Amino acid sequence: MKAFKFLAVASLAIAIGSATMAQGVTLRISCGAVGQELQLCTDGAQAWAEQTGNKVEVVSTPNSTTDRLALYQQQLAAGSSDIDVYQIDVIWPGILSDFFVDLNDYVSPDLVGKFFPRIISANTVDGRLVALPWFTDAGLLYYRTDLLKKYGYGAPPTTWSEMAKMAAKIQAGERQAGNASFWGFVFQGKAYEGLTCDALEWVFSHKGGTIVDDKGDITINNPNAVKAIEQAAAWVGKIAPPGVTSYQEEEARGVWQAGNAAFMRNWPYAWSLGNGKDSPIKGKFDVTVLPKGGSDGQHAATLGGWQLAVSRFSKHPKEAVSLIVYLTGYNEQKRRAIKGSFLPTRPALYKDADVLAANPFMGKLYDVFVNAVPRPSAQTKQKYNQVSSAFWTAVHNVLIGQTDAATSLRMLEQQLKRIKGRGW
Amino acid sequence: MTKKGRLSARRARTAWVFLLPSLLVLLLVAAYPLWRTLQLSFFQVSILQFPLKPSWVGLDNYKSLLADPYWWISLKNTAFFTIISVILETVLGLGIALVVNTRFSGRGLMRTAMLVPWAIPTVVSAQMWRWMYNDVYGVINDLLMRVHLIAHPLAWLATSRLALPSIIAVDVWKTTPFMALLLLAGLQSIPDELYEAATVDGASAWQQFWRITLPLLKPALLVALIFRTLDALRVFDVIYVMTGTNPTTMSMSVYARQQLVDFGALGYGSAVSMGIFLIIAIFAAAYLVSLRVEID
Repeated sequence: MKAFKFLAVASLAIAIGSATMAQGVTLRISCGAVGQELQLCTDGAQAWAEQTGNKVEVVSTPNSTTDRLALYQQQLAAGSSDIDVYQIDVIWPGILSDFFVDLNDYVSPDLVGKFFPRIISANTVDGRLVALPWFTDAGLLYYRTDLLKKYGYGAPPTTWSEMAKMAAKIQAGERQAGNASFWGFVFQGKAYEGLTCDALEWVFSHKGGTIVDDKGDITINNPNAVKAIEQAAAWVGKIAPPGVTSYQEEEARGVWQAGNAAFMRNWPYAWSLGNGKDSPIKGKFDVTVLPKGGSDGQHAATLGGWQLAVSRFSKHPKEAVSLIVYLTGYNEQKRRAIKGSFLPTRPALYKDADVLAANPFMGKLYDVFVNAVPRPSAQTKQKYNQVSSAFWTAVHNVLIGQTDAATSLRMLEQQLKRIKGRGW
Repeated sequence: MTKKGRLSARRARTAWVFLLPSLLVLLLVAAYPLWRTLQLSFFQVSILQFPLKPSWVGLDNYKSLLADPYWWISLKNTAFFTIISVILETVLGLGIALVVNTRFSGRGLMRTAMLVPWAIPTVVSAQMWRWMYNDVYGVINDLLMRVHLIAHPLAWLATSRLALPSIIAVDVWKTTPFMALLLLAGLQSIPDELYEAATVDGASAWQQFWRITLPLLKPALLVALIFRTLDALRVFDVIYVMTGTNPTTMSMSVYARQQLVDFGALGYGSAVSMGIFLIIAIFAAAYLVSLRVEID
């Protein structure tokens, strides 16, 4: 009788257990949709869902980082529990930290130690770990190996002025050969966060600093920065299409991948797309570090990258953490590196033979990635978005010829002082 | 109290009872938000804080508003946009209304067809025009180059001196039908006998227009102008879709949205909104005064 009772209770417990297991929970994750991002995110999330018996719905978001942040801010400020997991930019932990759970409460220090310490510290705000790094990014110079050879260049350019000269020559030649819509160089020139990334590279490579320095002082109004912005403004309409001042990443890649540009500044994601089966430039290009600002300048690549954070309003924080641990895990990052050339955030993956075979540049440019220049988001905290917006607006005004670089940066300095007020 | 006085007092009471529901709705959807916005404009508060930590700053938000060059740029852009677009829409709308008011076959079809631009949601038509304006694959460059009006493709929305005029052109395309419709209603209220009498007296069509049509159309014209001006001062969607927060084309509403949404500055953004409210209120009052003078 006792044995029977035990059996009944046990089977009941199993029945209840499996019922809750089979039901699982439904999570919502917001993913980017630049290039093949959305597809890769969906595949990864579904794999986790099948493993754990839960469900995941993927929410796609605007391509422009600026628009995406505005959307997130509205969701989070309203205390919405609609989205459990947010994909956030490397510059946002300081802006949005109040709205995310402290991952230190959920994951072991052992796991955290598997990531690049610098990216972990970028995601730590006042001792709280607000996100796990998913992929990192750094600006790269894409160049057409076939065209460089055709016009007698043995190596990619090492300074910006060298790049401009090569671009002009190739552009003239290709146009004469019949391609009227060929341009020398494309980049991200629209007035949005992407221009801040590009312009920071121009300025830093000329030793013009990082807009706001580590101590929080405003440094942008200096002769080197003026020189850098002036140089870029001279490209527009000459070696870069006049419309480049309205290009985001995908517009630039559109021109480049159609075979209509000799050089492009973009993130690593364009590598695997450019080498796709139906790409006209497959196997005809390579990537290298962005040029220096003159012979006494330095190479610079803006640090980008995306992290995964769990909303404090999520109704299923445990499952949400399990999802982001899976997505940032070794195997999933390896799959994304091979299929989408997303830069891993775990050092171990840069020694993985399969990853290196698919992306030879990842081994070659490892130093560029680990030394990428961060935007001043740590110093300027919740005011970063205002600082960046003021910066990209000032640069954009020069690119479209509305004002000269010296005036624009002087005005920018005044404006940044106003934004800073008594402190960041 | 006389009998007459009691009657009018009762009538006034009844009138208030009937007005009450709409007054309550107005209080709820207009007065309360306005009051909250005014309150918030004296605080520094960021939507990025959880929970919110508002701090009283007095008139600081208004001081920074007056000191921000981008506020003045957006004010200038809005004024330019309003003046040019309202003038063009009124002139073109009047022309179209006069044409559609005459008798010709297919008039009914014509009146319906001219409303198509007005019927398309602005976000959709603005996106459509953005593609048509594109410097590389846009149809406008292609057409203009085919007829040799321009030698090189132009970056319509990326060139500072072309961007705002290009946006105004889209707004004129979209809103002229609305103007035409309002003016057409005014034209139809003018009795035919006046024209017949004028024709008998030997007045030319030109004289008839200046002496009969325009004076009698004035009330309708003024109402149409008020609608369009107040609308144009609040312009947001067509600019936001076509050029985002770019200062060369930024309007006051785009500036307010940037502060409130992009920067999460609830206090400062509210001060901006109050600024816009004041400017529009001044225009509305000026129009109402002139309208009363005209109609009386």
